[in-house]
Amino acid sequence: MTTERITGAEALMRSLINEGVTTLFGYPGGAIMPVFDALYDHPTELNHILVRHEQAAAHAAQGYARVSGQVGVTLVTSGPGATNTITGIADAMMDSTPIVVICGQVGTAMLGTDAFQECDLVGVTQPISKWAYQIRRAEDVAWAVSRAFYIARSGRPGPVVLDFTKNAQTSYVDYTPQKIEFIRSYVPAPATDEVSVRQAAKLIDASRRPLVLVGQGVELGDAQAELRAFIEKADMPAGCTLLGLSALPSDHPLNMGMLGMHGSLATNVKTQQCDVLIAVGMRFDDRITGRLETYARQAKIIHFDIDPSEINKNVRVDVAVTGNCKDTLAAVTALLNDNEHTEWKESFREHAEKEDRIVIQPEIHPSEGPVKMGEAVRKVTELTDNKAVLVTDVGQNQMMAARYFKFTEKRSIVTSGGMGTMGFGLPAAIGATFGAPERTVCLFLGDGGLQMSIQELGTIMEQRCPVKIILLNNNYLGNVRQWQAMFFNHRYSFTPMMNPDYNMIASAYAIPNETVTEREQLEDAIRRMITTEGPYLLQIAVIEEGEVLPMCCPGNDVDDMLLEIK
Amino acid sequence: MEQDKKLYTLLVFSENFAGLLNQVTAVFTRRQVNIESLNVSASSTQGVHKYTITCWSTEEQIDKITKQIEKKIDVLKADYFTDDELFIQEVGLYKLSTQIVLEQPDISRHIRKHGGRIVEVNPTYTIVSKKGMTDEIVSLYETLQEYNCVLQYARSGRIAVTKSPVEYLDRYLEERRKVYEAQQEKA
Ligand SMILES: Cc1ncc(C[n+]2csc(CCOP(=O)(O)OP(=O)(O)O)c2C)c(N)n1
Ligand SMILES: [Mg+2]
Repeated sequence: MTTERITGAEALMRSLINEGVTTLFGYPGGAIMPVFDALYDHPTELNHILVRHEQAAAHAAQGYARVSGQVGVTLVTSGPGATNTITGIADAMMDSTPIVVICGQVGTAMLGTDAFQECDLVGVTQPISKWAYQIRRAEDVAWAVSRAFYIARSGRPGPVVLDFTKNAQTSYVDYTPQKIEFIRSYVPAPATDEVSVRQAAKLIDASRRPLVLVGQGVELGDAQAELRAFIEKADMPAGCTLLGLSALPSDHPLNMGMLGMHGSLATNVKTQQCDVLIAVGMRFDDRITGRLETYARQAKIIHFDIDPSEINKNVRVDVAVTGNCKDTLAAVTALLNDNEHTEWKESFREHAEKEDRIVIQPEIHPSEGPVKMGEAVRKVTELTDNKAVLVTDVGQNQMMAARYFKFTEKRSIVTSGGMGTMGFGLPAAIGATFGAPERTVCLFLGDGGLQMSIQELGTIMEQRCPVKIILLNNNYLGNVRQWQAMFFNHRYSFTPMMNPDYNMIASAYAIPNETVTEREQLEDAIRRMITTEGPYLLQIAVIEEGEVLPMCCPGNDVDDMLLEIK
Repeated sequence: MEQDKKLYTLLVFSENFAGLLNQVTAVFTRRQVNIESLNVSASSTQGVHKYTITCWSTEEQIDKITKQIEKKIDVLKADYFTDDELFIQEVGLYKLSTQIVLEQPDISRHIRKHGGRIVEVNPTYTIVSKKGMTDEIVSLYETLQEYNCVLQYARSGRIAVTKSPVEYLDRYLEERRKVYEAQQEKA
């Protein structure tokens, strides 16, 4: 091994390159200046994207990680720079997204003195990160960085925080590259119990009405093919969580649609009728289960997960198959008998047709009135051959995009699930264009969410990031307005919003743009957006008081879905 | 609900990293479970810290808490036990007024009866220590209180070792060492 005498900041550069990093999202400041100075010497190996707000640096790293499967990297200064990343860290923790956030920190001699821009970042981020560590000596850089990347990407992925003191950046060290792939206190994937594999196979073989719940764990474990083999062999219908939507092609005959609050009627109804419920890489979030006390009480439950702390957390299960689902799914599949569940599958149709008639057709093929969100989403997905990456912000735009976008490729949905972070979409889409440069990235967002990170139009301008921004403008904080309409007697407390001229704003950032107000203009406008090289902002004036349906209202049984509001 | 609650003892072993105590206690806070007692000490393995934590909880709750704690990167092992699975020790320290102790011979009798040990006597105060379980230590305190002689009182957190003949931490470390060696060989 070669050893070289370099600064801690330069050691960070070498360590990042050593981990295969090519892209970073960041923002400079006093306590991280030595690192930015070192970065200046690596313009070809390390592509640093200057965002316009540190929260965006974290979300961009998330978007990058979600589409590529690689660890996203964020580089910011201490104090406010560091605290600005916190929403992104918490979001990545909730949604199991591998990112490493590197923050500057005051020198060790000044720690604990309320020095300028000092913040106890490790203390603040410990509860919302997979690991948080303060680098106090240049000697620790190689070790800490390698450990950080190993932790972020292995097992159930998540965010790691490195708090890099200034003296550790500037002092010299004999640098030797390190590669950590073992930590004795950390078992990334628990061993799989053979007995549970056999029990799972036995339950599934005996099942007459099995239902599979597909979560993001399938994408994280790169087990999309194993999942297909699993459900196809036993002929089991499946539903996907929001984050698991692209783990199984939308048009796969066994894919019965999205689960949960705004999921499809059929999967939610059938959750209460199946005899075996098989959850793969999902965590029974309350937005999926509805009322827990009644959730799938009739069914035996099998849970495949890599994280032992998820087992029996929300729902008590009969069989837990712990381990990486790429291995465990294959192991169970090998034991399964070929099976057919024609009648059971057929029984989904009645509900799907009902939803189609009452909810879907009026949403995607309305005959009059303003443009609806669903029809806009469906047009965009069709005109991109269902091959694009979908990035969303949060709100009605998110739920409508999730409901009506279609997926043919894996790792194609980037959305803030567990946290529901408004402002996530624009920076995450920027990250996605770097993580999947060969793909079309379509971002759906609302007028509220766009304004939460609108400054990132500057990053898009500078980088020419080819984000296709579809602004579904309803002049409302629509999702909250819908709840006010439904549960607060139409008292629209602070949800109507005055909007600026988004075309002028886009033009000011040199982003081609247009606005569509009529249904007849929609298709051509989308074509122009797709064929225009680089970024584009397409504003669609959508129905102001549209409702996302169906809906399983909070606290209701999961099969109790509202299809229309009279 | 209250009836299902039992006193559980959690034994947590961790690497020696700063900030771990915070992470461990935060798991209890988030789940709204109060820690009854907490002791941090070295363990029989060099560099490994041992946390002994007691709390009232349901089995379901303590199981979830234990898993959340074990999930922390630098935690080696976390397991929960009931009293019958452990050898347990706690210590009470009582600082008494020597004058009152001398005036009231009953006090010395009570101390002996409770198994307390006088460790220091001077004209001003008398120090008594007592090992045992929580209720025994508290019982002596309450008895002494009746004589109005207690100047200071402190009760330690619980420390505990398992009754099982199997040294589960050693076994875990041994397993991990094998995994590491296998990994090294492959590389
Ligand atoms: C950071 C943040 N603040 C507040 C909320 C609560 N919230 C959820 S959806 C929503 C409205 C979003 O409005 P808009 O972006 O216009 O999207 P729409 O629902 O109208 O499509 C709000 C305020 C949130 N999820 N995130
Ligand atoms: Mg809106």
